[in-house]
Amino acid sequence: MDDGPKRSLKLMIVDDSNIIRRRIERSQQIARLEVVGAASNGREAVELFRRTQPDVVTMDLTMPEMDGVECVQELVAINSKVLILVVSALADKATAVDAIEKGANGFLCKPFTDRQLNDALEELLSEA
Amino acid sequence: MLKEAEIRTFIDGATNYFETSAQQAASIGSPYLVTDGNPGTFEYTGVIGITGARKGMVYFTAPRGMLTVLLMRMQETDTSDENIKDLVGEVANTISGNARRDFGKNFVISVPLVIAHDADKVTAPHSRSYVIPINWRTHSAKLVVCLE
Repeated sequence: MDDGPKRSLKLMIVDDSNIIRRRIERSQQIARLEVVGAASNGREAVELFRRTQPDVVTMDLTMPEMDGVECVQELVAINSKVLILVVSALADKATAVDAIEKGANGFLCKPFTDRQLNDALEELLSEA
Repeated sequence: MLKEAEIRTFIDGATNYFETSAQQAASIGSPYLVTDGNPGTFEYTGVIGITGARKGMVYFTAPRGMLTVLLMRMQETDTSDENIKDLVGEVANTISGNARRDFGKNFVISVPLVIAHDADKVTAPHSRSYVIPINWRTHSAKLVVCLE
């Protein structure tokens, strides 16, 4: 039986760098994702998350005001079904494990190519 | 004082940044030690404060020309001063963050502080800094590592 086309998923981008936010917005070529907002720190992200209710989030870790790990915890507390891809320069294993334990679903290390980003998002969406 | 293997971590970080983000390799010159507390800067500098197990700072400094071309290589069409400053901070943040692969989680990095057009504001916390020269296309930049 044909279930018809899958609905598009809402994506929120969280990073304190404008060029990274724009880069993720530009390079995400997955038809099922629609960017609904971008935030430059954790506090702003929580507010935007409540307002836009995204299904998928890309999350930086080193940010002013509220860091990414704390923000991951807050977003998961609001909606435990959200899919979160951490996109961070922090390359040690302990940080990745910590983020996953706090509720993130994947980890992409900066710097990244467009292909690496798309592959990471595709893998994340396979869980949706 | 930095060990040779620790300097290699930053060289690898700089190499990886250009290969991945710009998809064009940079040539890394021989690192050298500066002992007068003045390792020098270009027009734009992204400074990362280091705390935790190590203390000090890491900075990436580059001229506008290099940063503009780097933005363009990343498919970014907005080469405004704001984006140039954003990029120089992001390069410093990425190379410093990647260093945790070897230094571990207790190598704690700050958010970037960006200084533009004011070289005097960039001051090394100790007299000894290692300078890693970075040459990319026709441009020169520096990665400066100053750690206790």
